[in-house]
Amino acid sequence: MNIDKHIIRKDSLEKLFDILRQNSKTIYAPVSRNSKVIFRKTDNFAEIAAGCIQTDISSKEIAFPRTERLLDYSRSADGISVKGFDSGDIPEIVLWGVRPCDTVGIGELSAIFNWDYKDGIYNNRLSKVTVLGFSCSKADEYCFCTSVGGNPGNTAGSDILFTRLGDNGDFLAEVLTEKGIAVFALATGFFEKAGEIKKEEFLAEVPVRFNLEVLSNNLEKFFESGQWVDLSLKCLGCGVCAYVCPACACFDIQDEAHGRKGSRFRCWDSCAFSLFTLHTSGHNPRDVQSQRWRQRIMHKFSYMPDRLSVYGCTGCGRCSRACPADMNILESLISIQEANV
Amino acid sequence: MTDNLYMPYLMRIEKVTFEAPGVKTFMLKFINEEDQDKFTFRAGQFGEYSVFGVGESTFCIASSPTRKGYIECTFRQTGKVTNALSNCEEGSVVGFRGPYGNTFPVDEWKGKSLLFIAGGIALPPMRCVIWNALDMRENFKDVTIIYGARSVKDLVYKHELEDWRRRKDVKLITTVDPGGESPDWKGEIGFVPTIVEKAAPSSVNTIAIVCGPPVMIKYTFPVLAKLGFLNENIFTTLENRMKCGFGKCGRCNVGKVYVCKDGPVFTLAQLKELPDEY
Repeated sequence: MNIDKHIIRKDSLEKLFDILRQNSKTIYAPVSRNSKVIFRKTDNFAEIAAGCIQTDISSKEIAFPRTERLLDYSRSADGISVKGFDSGDIPEIVLWGVRPCDTVGIGELSAIFNWDYKDGIYNNRLSKVTVLGFSCSKADEYCFCTSVGGNPGNTAGSDILFTRLGDNGDFLAEVLTEKGIAVFALATGFFEKAGEIKKEEFLAEVPVRFNLEVLSNNLEKFFESGQWVDLSLKCLGCGVCAYVCPACACFDIQDEAHGRKGSRFRCWDSCAFSLFTLHTSGHNPRDVQSQRWRQRIMHKFSYMPDRLSVYGCTGCGRCSRACPADMNILESLISIQEANV
Repeated sequence: MTDNLYMPYLMRIEKVTFEAPGVKTFMLKFINEEDQDKFTFRAGQFGEYSVFGVGESTFCIASSPTRKGYIECTFRQTGKVTNALSNCEEGSVVGFRGPYGNTFPVDEWKGKSLLFIAGGIALPPMRCVIWNALDMRENFKDVTIIYGARSVKDLVYKHELEDWRRRKDVKLITTVDPGGESPDWKGEIGFVPTIVEKAAPSSVNTIAIVCGPPVMIKYTFPVLAKLGFLNENIFTTLENRMKCGFGKCGRCNVGKVYVCKDGPVFTLAQLKELPDEY
């Protein structure tokens, strides 16, 4: 569909927020608490951390919660009854203030959750989410969206993308999808038709740090490289990179029992953990940390493009910001791209 | 429930067979008849078996698709879930999700001889194909089974081994590792690769199916090569740790190949293309 471009004034943004709330929408937005900015449910426009570069954890948990109940069971004298997760219980959610590096991540997660087998729980959750993206007017040295095909004003994955037009506080609103139109329709009065606007002038500058095509080609021949050991020397295997990542989908399945009742859950997991691939026999195909770091990079930049036609990285830089050992994925990617393979 | 990929079928344990120390076979029947009617699978596929409240565990379907109305699984008590399964009695209800993965191309093998080579607890993934082939025996030329275990008591499917031994259309060679024999043991004594070399089965128009512990596999492949088997005609299964069974949880891949979706059945030619990460 044609992108419908409008202007919305700064003070009207709050009114839009209120109207969404009055229409019984559950709103999740970046909220700062205990010095961490995370997408939280909020009714209060004033508590939105609008100025931050990005949240500490990506928005993926709105459609892929860190712990997802898959089923409940209960035992009785007659046997056992099992009730699957009921998609009818999922609320309609408006995700407010998402950066393009997270909205792009939705597409990457969706590729995984729909590879052949369609994951209904994920798809149902996502179908109830309206994504209101906000372009980036600030970036830092960890950001590299432009190196992986993105940009600070990327519309992919948003239903409406808002771009702040300089310091006066007005926003360009690009209405991109049917869900976006539905939000627009609730508050048509606050939007004015936009004239000619050069959106790019208002976006953060994010320099391209490596050539993605060269990187992918090099990775084809890099599996056996001894460099993985050097690149991963600092890795503690803590897994925080996967937890903050908008495109990491790896999960574990665990049961929890309380007396005669219990549940089965899907929980975030990480390829950085030694237990991730450990066989019961004691054999571990990825026995050392360098093999696990290789898996992380190969999965995102070689296996996913090959099998799913998408990359598994949006260039948000969160993994590097969060790493307690100061590992920086950019350093790995740049040195692989520069390697003579 | 149809969109919840993680909902298991409820299965009743119809029969428990003690196979070897720590190894049991469950015969499982669908509690819901409709599930039973709709369920189909093919040789080589696997599933996620669960004890509610404990968790899920991955193993092959050990019964043949030619035997309708039930499935069987054989497992060794080693971890949390297999211990809990092992404590289940006949009549208990367990969960099963599946079938997942690719299959042995049994139909493509028609007109050929089949050579099965298995070690220890790896006979179950092969038993499915063996019975599949024996239930349509007229389609194949010679059927040879070479099966070894650490000791006599570790041999699984002891009754079926007797059945196969009595059949005139099956050549069965059983062996135990040196020192594993009992006083009345009449089979071979020696490691599986050695016994394969000694038996020297013909590679002419023959498919070899090899399942066993990594060390057995490692030393059996060169023997088969010496006997003239092409890598394309040697089949095996990979068994990596899995959670989902359908390409999402992210741990069973070997390079870009997913054992759950592209496998678990691979030819040796395919294995040689994979990075050394399994």
